[in-house]
Amino acid sequence: MPRVVVDPVTRIEGHLRIEAEVDRGAVQDAWSSSTMFRGIEIILRGRDPRDAWAFTQRICGVCTTVHAIASIRAVENAIGSAPPPNARLLRNLIIGAQAVQDHVIHFYHLHALDWVDVVSALSADPAKTSSLAESISNWPLSSPKYFTGIRDRLKGFVDRGQLGPFANAYWGHPAYRLPPEANLMAVAHYLEALDWQREFIKMHAVLGGKNPHLQSFLVGGMATPVDPDSQAALNTHTIAALKQFVANARDFVTRVYIPDLLAIASFYKDWAGHGRGVGNYLAYGEYPDDDTANPPLFLPSGIIRGRDLSKVEPFDQGKVTEYVSHSWYQYQAGDGVALHPYQGETSPNYTGPTPPYELLGLEANTDKKYSWLKSPRYDGEPMEVGPLARMLVAFVSGHARVKELVGAVLKQLNVGPEALFSTLGRVAARGIETQIIAEKMDAWVDALAANMGAGELRIHDNSKWDPSTWPADAMGAGFHEAPRGALGHWVSIHNGLISNYQCVVPSTWNAGPRDAKGRRGPYEEALLATPVADPERPVEILRTVHSFDPCMACGVHVVDAKRREVVRVRAV
Amino acid sequence: MSRQRGWLTTELEHRGVSRREFLAFCTTMAAALALPDRAAAQIASAIQRTAKPILIWLEFQDCAGNTESFLRASRPSAAEVILDMLSLDYHETVMAAAGRQSKENRDRPVKEQPGTYIAVVEGSIPTGANGAYCTIGGESALDIARSVCGNAAATIAIGTCATFGGIPAAAPNPTGALGVADAVPGVKNLINLSACPANVENLTALLVYYLTFKRWPPLDHLRRPLFAYGKSIHDNCERRAHYDAGQYVEAWGDAGHRAGHCLYKMGCKGPATFQNCPNVKWNGGTNWPIGCGHPCIGCSEPDFWDRMTPFYQHLTGVPGFGVNSNIDTIGALAVLGVGAAFAGHGLIQIMKRVGEKPEPLTPKTPKGES
Repeated sequence: MPRVVVDPVTRIEGHLRIEAEVDRGAVQDAWSSSTMFRGIEIILRGRDPRDAWAFTQRICGVCTTVHAIASIRAVENAIGSAPPPNARLLRNLIIGAQAVQDHVIHFYHLHALDWVDVVSALSADPAKTSSLAESISNWPLSSPKYFTGIRDRLKGFVDRGQLGPFANAYWGHPAYRLPPEANLMAVAHYLEALDWQREFIKMHAVLGGKNPHLQSFLVGGMATPVDPDSQAALNTHTIAALKQFVANARDFVTRVYIPDLLAIASFYKDWAGHGRGVGNYLAYGEYPDDDTANPPLFLPSGIIRGRDLSKVEPFDQGKVTEYVSHSWYQYQAGDGVALHPYQGETSPNYTGPTPPYELLGLEANTDKKYSWLKSPRYDGEPMEVGPLARMLVAFVSGHARVKELVGAVLKQLNVGPEALFSTLGRVAARGIETQIIAEKMDAWVDALAANMGAGELRIHDNSKWDPSTWPADAMGAGFHEAPRGALGHWVSIHNGLISNYQCVVPSTWNAGPRDAKGRRGPYEEALLATPVADPERPVEILRTVHSFDPCMACGVHVVDAKRREVVRVRAV
Repeated sequence: MSRQRGWLTTELEHRGVSRREFLAFCTTMAAALALPDRAAAQIASAIQRTAKPILIWLEFQDCAGNTESFLRASRPSAAEVILDMLSLDYHETVMAAAGRQSKENRDRPVKEQPGTYIAVVEGSIPTGANGAYCTIGGESALDIARSVCGNAAATIAIGTCATFGGIPAAAPNPTGALGVADAVPGVKNLINLSACPANVENLTALLVYYLTFKRWPPLDHLRRPLFAYGKSIHDNCERRAHYDAGQYVEAWGDAGHRAGHCLYKMGCKGPATFQNCPNVKWNGGTNWPIGCGHPCIGCSEPDFWDRMTPFYQHLTGVPGFGVNSNIDTIGALAVLGVGAAFAGHGLIQIMKRVGEKPEPLTPKTPKGES
């Protein structure tokens, strides 16, 4: 059977390789391999747990807030620190802004070119493009002149023979189905979204000093002072600025992103029948509504198994384990066991081919190791995480707005709920979630303003800042819903220093390899039966893989080598 | 290098710009060039008449933070850089092509136009496990870097991982990670833009500088452009007056924190960190870490993950305070003048630290020369 290799999978964060067996025009089997490894957990050992957020934050610069959030939550959980209400609100705003910005970037800059043919846009009629744009939205940048300008700009690159980032893609592939006008509209919005994200994320700079890698996180709270009477703190100017950021984001999402998503999806409804995946969904939940130990969450946590939308199981962190049977690590007790993160161990053990290599040498029922990702399992089962998991859990849990929007999208596309379990379902769920969060953020700004007005200026729990206030031994877990899904950090602290640190991250859940029982990970399962019209140009594989929004650097860092030989390399 | 330096000095003098204003000057150039309908129209048209310089952006042991920073470019905007000024032929995070086709985009300029394109490297290069800690298309990061950077007109190492090894190289450096200068010795025209991530304003200014003048700017002893790394954070900090006045934040959220006092006692590494954050700030001048109330963590300096941690422990060895004095005992003192001495001392500390690293590949450009 022809072996299709996609390496690098581009338009993702990090380094991902897909090998697939393609026969009779469809994927018969697939392997997901992550090809980069850094070892950040071992680097964390022996360090001050209050520093850990900055280290883990560098796991990923795309979802640049998520590992910082999970880390401070884990350490706070371990030492019993209780951040005040303003810290919760600031974090919610930062998390929300990350989700909205990340999802928009994913749609336009990481995923759209699987559905949108840039070269076809050259033959679009700007007047017809204008009519199309105005039929789906009242967004003002829609005149024939505007689209003429975009088309001419594109034409300039083609005429000079320098397509730059658009060069040598699968343009003209029969799987591209949009009319030229829809392609031109999408290209225009690709460019607009580049500018939009840059402006919107200034909200992170206001709250975190800069983006990427915001720098206002603290174990026990936030470092951004709140004081309506100071120029050097979040004040009423800031509140006004935040309101504006949120309003602009909601505007772009409502009038550009969602209409584009629905318009493009209407040409690709058959993709509601591809990319089904493992059918189990896990969400930790996010956006705490109060400051109690187990706060109500705006987006709920829970488990859905076997695509059964009749019930949601409660999440139990004790049921999270990881396998390394097909990962380039070894366990002391043998590679057939699965370990909980508190007991987690990871000794790198590369057994793949020495680079440069053409193929990983995989075949059906392989027992070979083939990825730097571990295989996380919940109660022994592979789980899909991400916007689809969150929206399904919220939907079944009775979240009113989620139910309303899911219903509206299904109706507009004229498909049933089973369409959600698919490549297209992931794309739609991401859009629905963006809309919901963009709508919610105002409430957090208002609550912050109300606190300011009431003289509630606390941003930090100082009582646990000094390590001498901590127990000699402490363990804690921090959970977060990153844009790409459920993220957990587990930390053990001994005498004020980190003794063990483990992260189980969204792209490990989704992109991990087979487990000891040979069960595929969600990417691998979702790729089965994906049509591939031309094995030389497997755009269909990209569609399904990109629908998960891969973020490999997040997934590929879990190392906790107890007996590792430390390599010190000096420049020659 | 000295010829360029002389040219630059002449240019600056001609424009009546002092060295202190060099950064502002560079930003102005960038702003002018980025707006095709302004004074830069002539230069823009000159660029357009020639083939756009090809940019090959490599990602190795990275987090894509510098890529994201790149996407936040304000002058010129990311869209303009991508589409108008440069031909971004290879960048895994943004390019449409994938797999074999993407590799062709990378290898074509290397094979057909060696010595003409610009390579950008993001992320460190692992040397352990025969290269298996980072492969792309089955090739090791080291092999790719040798091929692409070795044939480039210039290589820009962006971010502290690509410049100095960064977080993967933090102790105990599990994968044998190195920056470009150490992993691929002899790369010509290597320019380091350190920081975690690098500020895109500095990448923009650098690229605009090159496109405008067809040459690279003068560098410091760590191969970083002087316009961005010539002064310490502390020297240009908006809170400097509070440092000099002995007004410090004592606890997160206290009155001093809310009033914007100095973060030195909370662990600020600004005195030992060289970058232009206080001047250009981040995200189009919106803010910067100290501006939002958190100490500088020293992210533009070599080995900062080891040398600048614990992040919340204040620096010691402050002149005037006694080498091992406890800052807590002198916080109330007025220390007028001490800051300047400390700035000089901080520079010496940095130079000493650098001395512990492998020698730079080309003659050093001493600081302060102009």
